[in-house]
Amino acid sequence: MPESPPQEAVVKVENLQTTFHTRIGPVRAVDGVSYAIGKGETLGIVGESGCGKSVTAFSLMRLIEPPGEVTGGAVWLGQENILEASETRMRELRGSRMAIIFQEPMTAFNPVLTIGYQMDEQISRHLGVSRQESRERAIDMLSLVGIPSPRERYANYPHQLSGGMRQRAMIAMALSCDPEFLIADEPTTALDVTIQGQILELIQSLQERLSMAVQFITHDLGVISEISDRVLVMYAGRTCEVAPTEILMSAPRHPYTSALIRSIPKFGQRVSRLPAIEGSVPSLYELPSGCAFQNRCPNAGQRCRDSHPPLTEMASGHQVACFHPVDR
Amino acid sequence: MSAPILAVAGLRKHFPIRKGLLLREVGQVKAVDGVSFAVQPGETLGLVGESGCGKSTLGRTLVRLYEPTAGTIRYRGEDFLALSGERLRTMRRSLQMIFQDPFASLDPRMTIARILAEPFKVHDICSPRECLERAAALLETVGLKAAHLNRYPHEFSGGQRQRISIARAIALNPDLVVADEPVSALDVSIQAQILNLMKDLQQEFTLTYIFISHDLSVIDHFCDRIAVMYLGKIIEMAPREELFGNPRHPYTQALINAIPKVGQGKRRMTQALTGEVPSPINPPSGCHFHPRCPKRFEGCDSGFPSLREERRDHFVACRLYSDAVEDEVILRSTGT
Repeated sequence: MPESPPQEAVVKVENLQTTFHTRIGPVRAVDGVSYAIGKGETLGIVGESGCGKSVTAFSLMRLIEPPGEVTGGAVWLGQENILEASETRMRELRGSRMAIIFQEPMTAFNPVLTIGYQMDEQISRHLGVSRQESRERAIDMLSLVGIPSPRERYANYPHQLSGGMRQRAMIAMALSCDPEFLIADEPTTALDVTIQGQILELIQSLQERLSMAVQFITHDLGVISEISDRVLVMYAGRTCEVAPTEILMSAPRHPYTSALIRSIPKFGQRVSRLPAIEGSVPSLYELPSGCAFQNRCPNAGQRCRDSHPPLTEMASGHQVACFHPVDR
Repeated sequence: MSAPILAVAGLRKHFPIRKGLLLREVGQVKAVDGVSFAVQPGETLGLVGESGCGKSTLGRTLVRLYEPTAGTIRYRGEDFLALSGERLRTMRRSLQMIFQDPFASLDPRMTIARILAEPFKVHDICSPRECLERAAALLETVGLKAAHLNRYPHEFSGGQRQRISIARAIALNPDLVVADEPVSALDVSIQAQILNLMKDLQQEFTLTYIFISHDLSVIDHFCDRIAVMYLGKIIEMAPREELFGNPRHPYTQALINAIPKVGQGKRRMTQALTGEVPSPINPPSGCHFHPRCPKRFEGCDSGFPSLREERRDHFVACRLYSDAVEDEVILRSTGT
C-alpha cells in the first residue's frame, strides 16, 4: 500500500482491485484502476456493461459485499485511506463527505418511510442538529433541486413521486450534508431525454455551488461528452484510456475508444452504415492473457496476446494502455 | 408515390381504468388518441417520443396485439380490422414485431430450434425436417451459426438474443416489421451491429419498418421519415432531414436540443424543458404540450391543434402555424 497520501486531489484511487470469489474461481471485476479527481472537477467513467465501472463506484463507497471483496489498492479521501477505515468510520463518511446517487432511485429509498424521514435521519446523524433544523434543511434541499411544493413532498413516500422527481429527491438526499465527493452511477439512464437534460443541469449547477469532485458513470458517450472535464474509458475491468474530454472525443488513441466513438449514431452526422465493433466483450471468466480487447482489435499483434499493455502517458494528461495506439 | 403499404386513420386505443368492488370504469388512459399516417413500401418510419407518449401502444395496435378503440388500419388497401379467422392468420404472416427486451421475448424453456421453427409450425408451412433446415438458414442470415440451434436463450448474450428475435420476425417473409426499441437494451458497441443487420435485411427482403425509439440519434441514423408523439398524438411528422433541419413544433425543438451530443464539449443544459410529461389519464386541455411550452400564447389551452401540412410532406400540430383545431364533437363521438 502506498505510504504517503496525495496532495490537492479530493479523491485519489490507486491501483484498485476488486475480486469476486465465484464457484468457477476468482473474477477480477476491477483490475488495477487509478485516477484522481480534483475540487470542482467531473471525471466521466464510460464503458459497456460488465466493464467494472459500477463495481469501481461501489468499491469506493465500501459497499461491495461477499462474494465480492476489494483485494488491493488505496482510496484516499483527503488524507485518509478509506479502504482501511472501520465500518463505524465509513458510516460517518458516507452521506456526509462522500455520497452516491444511483440509476434507480427506488433502490436508494426505503419504500415504507417518507422521504422527509429518510433525509432527516441522515442530516441529524451527520450534522448533529435538532429535528426542527434538519427538517428545514431537508425542505431547503428539496426546493434547491427543483421539486415543486417541497413541504408536501417532504411528507410523501417515494412511490408517490414520478421518476424524475424521485431522482431529484435522491440527489437532494445525497447532497444534504454538502459532500466533497459525489459518485453519480448512471443517474439519468432511466429517464426521458428532456428530464435527463434537467437532471444534468441540476448536477452541474450544484457542483459549481458546492465545488464537489464528481465521478460520473455512464455508458452514454453523448452524456459523458457534455458533463465531464476528463474521461476514463474502462474495458474488462481495466483502464484503456484517460484524457481531457475534448481530446478523448476528437483524437482518441486507444483502438477501443476510437471504435466505440465511431460505432455510435451521432446526431446530424448520417452514415449509411455504422462501423460496428464486431464480436462482443469477453466474459471476465475467460479473459485472454494479454490485452482484453485483442479479439476485436484491428491493430492487435503478438505482443498484445503475450502481455498487458501498461497505461502510458502519450501527452500531458492523456494516458493510453495500448501497444499499437491509433495514429492521430 | 405508390400506394401505401399501411394507412392508419383516426386510430385510438383507450384503456379503461377500473376501481372499486364492481370494477366500475372511472376513467380512461388515452394511450393513442387519434393518430393518422401512411407508410410507403420499403420505407422506415420512426416513431419517437418520451415514455408514456403512446408509441409502444401504437406499435402493438398496428399489428393487432391490442384491438383499437376506434379508427381504421388498412393494410395494402384491405381493412385489417375487419379480418378474422383464417384470413387474419394469413395476414399476420406479413406483419411482424421485434420487442425491446430480448430477455423477455424468448421463451427460456425452448431451444433456439423450436423458437425459430414455431412460426412455420403455427402457419403449417412445411414438414418438421424442413422447419429445422429453415431455422438453420435463418440463424445464418442474422449472423449466428447453425450449431447454435440446440442451445437455450440463456446461453446467448443480449445482442445474440436480439438477432434470434429478428430471425423469428423475418421467418415468414413479412412485408412490415414493427420494431419497438430494438436496440435500447443493448450495449453501445452491439447497437451498431443490430442496426446494421436490420438495414441489410431491409435491403435483402425489401422490408418496411416502423421503428419505435426514444433515442433521437438512433432515429436520425435509421429512419427515412419521423413522427414525433406526445401524449397519444402525433404532433409533427416529416422526412428526416426536414424534421431535424427545420423542426417546427416547440416540443420537437426542445427534444432535439436535449440530445446529448458527442464531442461538442462541456455544455450547460440551460434550454432544458421544465416540467414533466403530464398523465395521459387527464391530459391538459387544448394542446397537451401547452403547460410546458416556451412559446405558448392565449388560446393554446382550448382545442387541440390539428395536424396540418405546413410545408410539403411536413405536418405539424401547433397553433403557431395554423389556427385549425380538431373538431371536439367528432372527437367525442368516435372516441368513446
